[in-house]
Amino acid sequence: MRVGPSVEKCGQMRFITAEAKASAGRLDGKMREKTLTMDTLNPQVKAVEYAVRGPIVLKAGEIERYLEEGGTKPFSEVIKANIGDAHAMGQQPITFLRQVVALCTFPELMDSPSFPEDAKWRARRILQGCGGHSLGSYSASPGVECIRKDIAAYIEQRDEGVPSDWENIYLTTGASDGIMTILRLLVSGKDSSRTGVMIPIPQYPLYSAAISEMDAVQVNYYLDEDNCWALDINELHRAYQAAKQHCQPRVICIINPGNPTGQVQSKKCIEEVLHFAYEENLFVMSDEVYQDNVYAPDCQFHSFKKVLYEMGPEYFSSVELVSFHSTSKGYTGECGFRGGYMEVINMDPEVKAQLVKLLSVRLCPPLAGQAAMDVIVNPPQPEEHTFKQFHQEKSSVLGALAEKAKLTEQILNSVPGIKCNPVQGSMYAFPRIFIPPKAVEEAKALGMQPDMLYCLRLLEETGICVVPGSGFGQKDRTYHFRMTILPSIEKLNVLLGKVRDFHISFLKEYSGLEWDEI
Amino acid sequence: KDSKSGLALTSLVPYRQDSCIALASQPMHQRSFTQKLHSFMNGCEYRDRVLTMDTMNPNVKRVEYAVRGPIVQRAVQIERELKMGIKKPFTEVIKANIGDCHAMGQKPITFFRQVLALCSYPDLLEDSKFPEDAKSRARRILQACGGGSLGAYSTSQGIEMIRQDIARYIEQRDGGITCDPDNIYLSTGASDAIVTMLKLLVSGEGMSRTGVMISIPQYPLYSAALADLGAVQISYYLDEDNCWSLDISELRHALQEAKKHCSPRALCIINPGNPTGQVQSRQCIEDVIRFAAAEKLFLMADEVYQDNVYADGCKFHSFKKVLFEMGLEYSEKVELASFHSTSKCYMGECGFRGGYMEVVNLDPEVKVQLTKLVSVRLCPPVPGQALLDVVVNPPQPDEPSYDTFIKERTDTLATLAEKASMTQEILNQVPGIKCNPVQGAMYTFPRIHLPPKAILEAKEKGQVPDMFYCMKLLEETGICLVPGSGFGQRDGTYHFRMTILPPKEKLKIVLAKIKEFHQHFMEQYS
Repeated sequence: MRVGPSVEKCGQMRFITAEAKASAGRLDGKMREKTLTMDTLNPQVKAVEYAVRGPIVLKAGEIERYLEEGGTKPFSEVIKANIGDAHAMGQQPITFLRQVVALCTFPELMDSPSFPEDAKWRARRILQGCGGHSLGSYSASPGVECIRKDIAAYIEQRDEGVPSDWENIYLTTGASDGIMTILRLLVSGKDSSRTGVMIPIPQYPLYSAAISEMDAVQVNYYLDEDNCWALDINELHRAYQAAKQHCQPRVICIINPGNPTGQVQSKKCIEEVLHFAYEENLFVMSDEVYQDNVYAPDCQFHSFKKVLYEMGPEYFSSVELVSFHSTSKGYTGECGFRGGYMEVINMDPEVKAQLVKLLSVRLCPPLAGQAAMDVIVNPPQPEEHTFKQFHQEKSSVLGALAEKAKLTEQILNSVPGIKCNPVQGSMYAFPRIFIPPKAVEEAKALGMQPDMLYCLRLLEETGICVVPGSGFGQKDRTYHFRMTILPSIEKLNVLLGKVRDFHISFLKEYSGLEWDEI
Repeated sequence: KDSKSGLALTSLVPYRQDSCIALASQPMHQRSFTQKLHSFMNGCEYRDRVLTMDTMNPNVKRVEYAVRGPIVQRAVQIERELKMGIKKPFTEVIKANIGDCHAMGQKPITFFRQVLALCSYPDLLEDSKFPEDAKSRARRILQACGGGSLGAYSTSQGIEMIRQDIARYIEQRDGGITCDPDNIYLSTGASDAIVTMLKLLVSGEGMSRTGVMISIPQYPLYSAALADLGAVQISYYLDEDNCWSLDISELRHALQEAKKHCSPRALCIINPGNPTGQVQSRQCIEDVIRFAAAEKLFLMADEVYQDNVYADGCKFHSFKKVLFEMGLEYSEKVELASFHSTSKCYMGECGFRGGYMEVVNLDPEVKVQLTKLVSVRLCPPVPGQALLDVVVNPPQPDEPSYDTFIKERTDTLATLAEKASMTQEILNQVPGIKCNPVQGAMYTFPRIHLPPKAILEAKEKGQVPDMFYCMKLLEETGICLVPGSGFGQRDGTYHFRMTILPPKEKLKIVLAKIKEFHQHFMEQYS
């Protein structure tokens, strides 16, 4: 066995944080008794898990520091492919967006000839919507009014005329914030009447983390890996019926395009989901932050809102739907600005008042993020000066992403023991990996998930940081990892090559087979 | 199941919410007749809503947040009415309900905005109009960002370099007491960090449910968060007759009472006070720390107004510094989280939602849990982090922007001090209004005498008396204040909170209008 000591050390760490080591404080005689300990900590906080920034990322940080301090490893840099962080991976910001934000931030620049008029015009308009014409004032809690109106207009255009009421738009601190807020409203009841939340497996772990934190019941429905991670309506029925025995399923969450799975839902599939929600009286939350990230030529993004309207008034005047969008993904990749919005349809007016109240406690989403959101929904038009450059930057980002999506799928599928569905959309591949029984056993002995062992070894040996599939959920005895396709093409090529070499040597090591037998 | 049957309607029915009438002729597939009938009886409803007042999270229903409550909603409505040309006895609504500096005309600090603009659009680093010290800070911040961009996520705890800068700043502020950057967590405004800390602290059921001591009057974020988390609020009253000072015997009394029904585990202090404006003495802080140590309470010190101290003889003392000066017995034991923000002080940058907390003596395992919890939200907004970095690392005497920076900062703080004393003076001239000195922060919280007749009328309208008062003030003068009941007050006393932020000339008018209104109100109801 050639397991590095650091992997073992990691195995002893508490990866499953829910298993609190309540006794640790007691064992250490020097420690004074504290008010806030693992014993007294909010148990729901203990239960929260968030793999995307979990132990493997902490480990990656440690290795980075070790390298900086002159330590040696079989690689010279850590590549963090764990998270969809476009700019960190070298993607350049959209010039126009940053010009508008800079103008809003430092309005003296309005006099500068080096800024285009269409950027100035937008900045002036945003500032007019801000108290004291400053990004430094609080906005109304649902967001700056003119930005909400721009978003509504954008949605109407996207959805080919389906109306959008700006008063249904709420800006948020990234989409995560909106998702948490809506879930918070929905959680109630005790025991068998406790709110159940249906989420896809694999899922983006924000959902499971929020459900744990709020002590709601997680209801898993499995995506069909053999069918390109499609959502199977029969599986929804199964999951719903099973959950009804012990909780009250009240919400269904959909991620489209999928994270981590990258599938893009067909219109038919969305209709089926909405019909199901209608029949079973479920509140629909549709996470559409990757709506601009569709690469497969035969796929198209359909918003839940539009499909709902096309299903007729029986549906569109009754199904409660909240859809989420963000500045962090798409072609802008502005994660750091924490911009986002949600559109709320058919919400009970009294509950809506409660939502506004709840949002108001946090005062408002960051104004710079709201400004960035405004540019995304109100980009340069063909008749404007900046259109050409904007359009060129946008298509170059999306073109490169499409190329990388394809490259990733192809290279991964060429590795024996790795099987990767097409990355139709979003920013990740979620390949299935074969882990030999010996490695599975070893992982168990170390008290960790087999794919965690795999990812830790990959990190230790190659410097590549990916997230084990267990952090997103997967069918029992299947193993995966999530990696982002965001690195530059050259780097992605190198990275995928390293993953391939690692995988082959891992298989060799644990199955005792020679290369040609694999 | 045939999900498409509804689809055929698309072309027939316009995209209108009110087109339900058209439905009467449409096939009612897949639902029982009685269900449908029931739905139709309820107007346009085809099924019961999932999320209603009955089914929603009961904790959320209990949340109240007066600073943006009904009175502010009415103010927004009135603003719209004015825009539509509806005549009012005033021409503009003055929102004195919230400490929103820039909205009140305060100018941003030039240097801060220069650095932020440079960070947002690094092409400006080539622009000769920007001073070198701003450029060097922007470069340094960008180097610490992933891919050299504000658009990358930072680590969840906040950018390491900025945490180091904050730690140095705290050390300097506290006369050299060490500060570990690992104890700093950046946040989305101070509110975010306060809610996060409270979230960690809440546990237990029944008698063992966490109780959190908060001052009355308080900033309603605290009561709102406690309601949302289902924790027990333990109120301790500040001493209005003694300039809103904190009285240790009141703390003791409140704690003893609370122990009968919950498990008190945290004590929140706001210093300088919001809404009360008092600045705590060093002695008082020591007493609070001793009390917390003896009673094993986790201390939360909300110090967002630390630069806003105006009264002669008052000085800001950080809880951290006092704790460490009290000796190892305390400094190694008392668990403390203190909070700061970019929203107040002289910068007033509320919209950037920048803030941080420092945790002291937090159990290392709990700290891991804290880091995990904040990671779910990915990171605080990076522009806010960048701003915080310049706040803790402002121009130095040998740098080109120093003079302008100092002038802007001094002017802002001096104006605030002037407005604090002006507010107090004018309000105290009004019979029936009594106002403590505004020693710090950004608000006055005067006590108002309301005649019994007014109280009666308020009750008839189902309103709290000071809400009745503030609503009337809003309708008659356009001035938006927050009733004292939104912050908590002793029974039978009435107050309002108003910010001292409007420009001097405007503030004078606001105060004169309040004076006139109050006199008229007294005449009307006595």
